Amino acid sequence: MSRWLGRFALRASTVAVLLFIYVPLVVVIAYAFNSSGTTSWPPAGFSTRWVEAAIENTGLRAAFMTSIGIAVAASSIALALGTVAAFAVARYEFFGREAVSFVVVFPIALPGIVTGMALSTTFATTGLPLGFLSIVVAHATFCVVLVYNNVIARVRRTGSSLEEASADLGADAWQTFRRVTFPAIRSAMLAGALLAFALSFDEVIVTIFTAGGVTTLPIWIFQSFRLANQVPLVNVAGLAAILLSVIPVFVASRLTTDSSGAGRI
Amino acid sequence: MIKGRLAAIVGIVAIVAAACGTGASPAPSFDLPTAVGDGEGELSVLAWPGYAEDGSYDPAVNWVKPFEDETGCKVTVQVFGTSDEAFSLFSTNPTKYDVISASGDASLRLVRAGYVQPVNMDLVPNYADIFPALKDKPYNTVDGVHYGAPHGRGSNLLMWRTDKIATAPTSWAQMFDANPSWGKQVSVYDAPIYIADAAVVLMSTKPDLKITNPYALDDTQFAAVVDLLKQQKPNISQYWVDYTKQQQAFESGDATIGTTWQVITYLLQSEDPPIPVDVIKPVEGATGWSDTWMINSKTTHLNCAYKWLNHIVSPEVNAQIAAWFGEAPGNSKSCGLSQADQDNCDFFHANDDAFWKDVWYWQTPETACVDGRTDVKCKGFDDWVKAWTEIKG
Amino acid sequence: MTAQPFNQGSIARRFAAWLHARPRVRLALLLAAPVAWLVVAYLGSLAVLFVNSFWQRDEFTGLVQRTFTLDNFVELLTTPLYGTVLLRTVTMAATVTLTCAVLAFPIAFYMARVASPRVRGLLAVAVLMPLWSSYLIKAYSWRLILSEEGLLNWLLGPLGLRGPGQTEIGLWLVFTYLWLPYMILPLYAGLERIPSSLLEASSDLGARAVTTFRRVIFPLVIPALAAGSIFTFSLTLGDYVAPSLITTTQFVGNLIFLNFGAPDLPFAAALSLAPLGVMLVYLLVARRLGAFSSL
Repeated sequence: MSRWLGRFALRASTVAVLLFIYVPLVVVIAYAFNSSGTTSWPPAGFSTRWVEAAIENTGLRAAFMTSIGIAVAASSIALALGTVAAFAVARYEFFGREAVSFVVVFPIALPGIVTGMALSTTFATTGLPLGFLSIVVAHATFCVVLVYNNVIARVRRTGSSLEEASADLGADAWQTFRRVTFPAIRSAMLAGALLAFALSFDEVIVTIFTAGGVTTLPIWIFQSFRLANQVPLVNVAGLAAILLSVIPVFVASRLTTDSSGAGRI
Repeated sequence: MIKGRLAAIVGIVAIVAAACGTGASPAPSFDLPTAVGDGEGELSVLAWPGYAEDGSYDPAVNWVKPFEDETGCKVTVQVFGTSDEAFSLFSTNPTKYDVISASGDASLRLVRAGYVQPVNMDLVPNYADIFPALKDKPYNTVDGVHYGAPHGRGSNLLMWRTDKIATAPTSWAQMFDANPSWGKQVSVYDAPIYIADAAVVLMSTKPDLKITNPYALDDTQFAAVVDLLKQQKPNISQYWVDYTKQQQAFESGDATIGTTWQVITYLLQSEDPPIPVDVIKPVEGATGWSDTWMINSKTTHLNCAYKWLNHIVSPEVNAQIAAWFGEAPGNSKSCGLSQADQDNCDFFHANDDAFWKDVWYWQTPETACVDGRTDVKCKGFDDWVKAWTEIKG
Repeated sequence: MTAQPFNQGSIARRFAAWLHARPRVRLALLLAAPVAWLVVAYLGSLAVLFVNSFWQRDEFTGLVQRTFTLDNFVELLTTPLYGTVLLRTVTMAATVTLTCAVLAFPIAFYMARVASPRVRGLLAVAVLMPLWSSYLIKAYSWRLILSEEGLLNWLLGPLGLRGPGQTEIGLWLVFTYLWLPYMILPLYAGLERIPSSLLEASSDLGARAVTTFRRVIFPLVIPALAAGSIFTFSLTLGDYVAPSLITTTQFVGNLIFLNFGAPDLPFAAALSLAPLGVMLVYLLVARRLGAFSSL
């Protein structure tokens, strides 16, 4: 009896938490289709005018494309650095190995404002310009750990015996990588890259410090808060983000074959 | 051993820190341009929200598109919320913005830091028609050199919801009341410059403090002003920098009374359904602004910049902005264009210098007192910033 | 797979063979780029931040003057405001971490040990999705929900209750909401790793659910909790966007941002050292608790 009660309580709290997570997202969707531009609840009626206005808004489109460009660049760099670092730590013993694992987490574990301030003062002190590249550098830095964690977990699980067998059979290093190692880790790499893409696309605090006038989507949203005509469009941008998020999440969860969910953050 | 290490580290840091020279860069010396050529095709504008409307809010409210059509200069606008933010944007992006609408608490900082260049007023024909009261002022002219075109002027106002407050307020002092009838519903501007608003109140309520200029506060005066603000703090429900934030707060009942700009009142009254608000300049006077359009000293679009200045202070456009934002236009010819424009001028006292006697345009406080006193040191901008964070708690 | 004949030694092949005999060179090549990036770019920038905190700036123009001074630290340590705000921020971060842990546990447990594999996959997707929706939009949406005439008061009104409104309690709610997925996922991973045999053995020995939780499950998920808490703590510690959207209260992030915008870069840099220090300590403690083997 108490077992049934325990089960019921568990199910109920799961549902409650899911509701807690999703109700605010439903609110965003409701406001995106609100016929009135005001913010009072409940919404006055249904209308698609904000969606139409958002599609026509050139600033929003430009910011969207900029964010995608930055996210692609940053996650590519993070992919390269993270994979390489993961191999180094997993396959070799060396002095400072623990430190690498520790330090690679710093950019994401330290508060964004600290990272933002550090990078911003560095650019100011060295006189380097802020802009697209500085944002990519910043994003790549804290995205490395996402790739690193995913790849190293997979590399450790895969073990080096297959690679050794491949070498024993006469394959050179490149062939071994291409035909044995890479297929084993590529889904982990992709999962890490997807998480890196998501983080870069949505990041706002570090971006504000390193943007130098470039408008990414989060910065566009932030600026929209202060323009009366654009405030309702913010909800439409949110709606788009929610809809778009289904695809990569679904893909990422399918990729990681270990049952511990969709990738490691 | 550990102490030794620590000392060594501090020593190294000190050496590194002192090793470089000072970072201040001198203002570039200038030859004023003698003619305005063809536009360069682009212009980046840093403006107060509402100053550079391009029709995206209301197709009828658009003076950017006509400028683009006429000059071929494609305009990108970025808005800011406070003068400090504007200055910060300018200093971290020295070549990005070509023109900026600077209030008095940004204009001199921009000049002294070398970020803006002197302007040849002969190349801005509409300058001739600017009200004399706005010309050659300390915040737009330094040592006889003009640094920009005056835009217009306005006063910060006291706004309240008429359906929630029965008796109309008449003075700022009511907003600083420790136990107001409206409770925790006050909305104030979120910038250190707001300290001047409290000083304006004390100019009336505590004349023995002898405050003659709200931006020139010595130690005793400043302490009194800070106390008044700390008294107000528990009743503040909102600090706003984005005017949409104040608009939303009044709309959704999170604020009932506050300092505002006329444009916010207009927006609330034009909502559907309209929010019942009213607005006054209280009896003590108020802080306000007198803005100047300035040109970046590193601009690569100088011709477009000059054309923009001339466009913005032309009678028609200046009248449009004044009507939209809710302020007095800078161009004297803006009032005669139509009855509506004349009404706007009258409403905002464009030609009434007496009205502006108790409006204190935003300006940066300095340790050398801006009211001319030499026997005491006043609190500088640094102290205002630190005090503001302390007041907010 | 065909083997290459010996006499077709291309340069690449010979290079690969040469590398094969030299593990250290291989290691160096692998490590060069990431180490250069992390150490030079990131740790280096932290060092520059540290140096900046000893500099001054011209009050009027905001230009940084590279002259050594301890004024920033004197100001920080002698003005009670900064200690108050730091304490307030750390308290909020700790409270949010606790709440996230409490809320995350039931759903993580359900996902890890009770749900069928199909439901588990669906739930994992369901928990991950909000991570991908814009943080700014979620915070803004909460501002609307918490407002006087917003959704929360509208729901609670008929019950005669009122929501917390746009206050610190409301902010606590918002932070918990924003970072919850970051706690659920590592916790789920950690709970999943516990072998069922342990739980069965515990009940075979006569322990009730509560005892099993206290003595078996909880100690085993401490690394996972520590891992998740790194995110909830750090994200709350440095955030200034959500506080400025929801409340009028200042947190460490707001102070740093305010000084950054003044602009008073050296003082902002000095201020930044506070959350940096707190987080470094937190990371060291989390490492002790095993968070890094569980990330």
